[in-house]
Amino acid sequence: MTWFTRRLRRLAPQLVALAIILGIISLIAPGFLTVSVQNGRLYGSLIDILVRAAPVALLTVGMTLVIATRGIDLSIGAVIAICGAVAATLISDGYSLPVVIAVSLGVGIACGLWNGVLVAVLDIQPIIATLILMVAGRGIAQLITEGVILTFNDDTFAALGSGSLAGIPIPIYLWVGTALVIGLLMRRTALGFLIEATGINRRAASLAGVRARFLLFSAYAISGLCAAIAGMIVTADIRGADANNAGLWLELDAILAVVVGGTSLNGGRFSITASLIGALIIQSINTGILVSGFPPEFNLIIKAGIIIVVLTLQSPAIMTLFGFIKASRRSEKLNHGTKEATR
Amino acid sequence: MIHARNLPFVTTLAIFVIAYGLCVLQFPNMLSTRVIGNLLTDNAFLGIAAVGMTFVILSGGIDLSVGSVIAFTSVFVAVMVGSFGVHPLTAFLAALVISTLFGCLMGAMIRYLMIPPFVVTLAGMFLARGAAYLVSTQSVPITHEFIDTMLGFYIRFPGGGRLTLLAMVMLIVFVVGIIVASRTRFGANVYAIGGNIQSAELMGVPVGATTIRIYALSGFLSGLAGIVYTLYTSSGYSLATVGVELDAIAAVVIGGTLLTGGVGLVAGTFIGILLQGLIQTYIVFDGTLSSWWTKIVIGILLFVFIVLQRTIIWYSDRRLAVRQLKEV
Repeated sequence: MTWFTRRLRRLAPQLVALAIILGIISLIAPGFLTVSVQNGRLYGSLIDILVRAAPVALLTVGMTLVIATRGIDLSIGAVIAICGAVAATLISDGYSLPVVIAVSLGVGIACGLWNGVLVAVLDIQPIIATLILMVAGRGIAQLITEGVILTFNDDTFAALGSGSLAGIPIPIYLWVGTALVIGLLMRRTALGFLIEATGINRRAASLAGVRARFLLFSAYAISGLCAAIAGMIVTADIRGADANNAGLWLELDAILAVVVGGTSLNGGRFSITASLIGALIIQSINTGILVSGFPPEFNLIIKAGIIIVVLTLQSPAIMTLFGFIKASRRSEKLNHGTKEATR
Repeated sequence: MIHARNLPFVTTLAIFVIAYGLCVLQFPNMLSTRVIGNLLTDNAFLGIAAVGMTFVILSGGIDLSVGSVIAFTSVFVAVMVGSFGVHPLTAFLAALVISTLFGCLMGAMIRYLMIPPFVVTLAGMFLARGAAYLVSTQSVPITHEFIDTMLGFYIRFPGGGRLTLLAMVMLIVFVVGIIVASRTRFGANVYAIGGNIQSAELMGVPVGATTIRIYALSGFLSGLAGIVYTLYTSSGYSLATVGVELDAIAAVVIGGTLLTGGVGLVAGTFIGILLQGLIQTYIVFDGTLSSWWTKIVIGILLFVFIVLQRTIIWYSDRRLAVRQLKEV
């Protein structure tokens, strides 16, 4: 089997699911698939999905790595609020764009490292360790914005959320670029492989000479970095930092995207591409419900229904059942074969 | 000599007493029965939900659906009573049945499909919130003579404070929770599963039935918390109580329950709730501090207690290792 068909086989369930969802929406809402060029910028529902998916897609990249180490990062929604607050404060204080971006990214990485210390050094369960920042983070963001929704008027920074370059909106560049850089870093070096080893069995990996602690640190730091970029996009998009609502519950969407992408919550094998398709599936559902004219109240119920179906199909119990059926079929075939041979 | 296992509980109790003492020194009025009565009433729904969460965490699980189930129950009751004219007691009963069945279903998925509790209850959280939106997206006011008489029922403390019916419900739930956890077979099974699920299964603990009962209990108590919340706000709103599960988890952890399961006390959760209520009351009394300090202080407390728990586990592991070495 070539590399390409192997990749396709891994991504097939997610791609089929995405195609089915897009197909259903285009049947309900005609004109869904049309993409037009206006004022030198691409417009259309499909482009809208790609733009709106930017925050979740970015979080998904970091979350995939964290989940691959058998962890989970609940704090990224709060990190979005913190980094958004920092960026908005600096912009309205008149700092230049490179300084604002560098400081916000630095704050995001610092948040990630804090989680890393708790998980890797103090050995606290990841859910609980990141819960601390999840609870306290929004309070910290409120502290930075001093309790108001901090708005600013800076067109260069706002372009991060709503601008476009060569006809394609900038958020798309940001998430695709980040995913490519981190994906290549993981798969063209041994890093991804070592992270998988840490996730499957941290003790064994450590004994085999893998620096598990460093890898845990870097996974959480990358997660914080991705959240910082997402935070800047969200803040630039609405030209303001809303400490209460920026990135609210996005961590749950990101976890969902990873689970839909087929990466196990028990750590180990991961695929950033599959998780990103998962993120696109979630965003397609959101946009699809909007354009097809369903009342938005149905959004959560439909989402929950799809998740439950996916989870049930992926659950260990069903997997064992499938494996059992497959194995019994194979042995049947084998028995049949031997019978033929003896005859 | 205090057993190392109960040290987090004793620490929480000590911190609460000291913190309350400091608050009283600054604002002598905080000692009044009025403040205590309000503290109990304001946190009644959170306390009830936290008892369910304690059982779930004691068994090594987690329940993220609590806040959504509270919101669903409150909207459901408000619409049943307000729009359809059903008697409140019937509506309460129906809401409790639905929330308990919902918990059962999540427990069954966790046990029989072997999906981690975190993910199952996350899906449950979306489902319950979505169901609440379907019932109504508006804030539904609720008025009924029966509810008015319920809200008018209270015991007067000396000093003007009131022990309302809502606070009484919470106290009863805590007392029953303490008895169930420490004095019944179900309670022992919960601790056994949380300690080590394989050992529990080999010892003959009915793991499947107990897991389903634990989540059913959490669902039931979330439903009860939803009813109390409806009475407390006299309305139902599907966007209410977002993130209450986090407050409940925080109360359980601050109360000294180990998040890996198996160790903890329901009474500790009560102190955890009181400590959170105390922080809020202090912020109200102070007047200059903003409400977001509550979140930051709770975050700091969480951090302190988690590190304390780690140290205790590390210390007892080391002592065990030393003892084994000596025996060798």
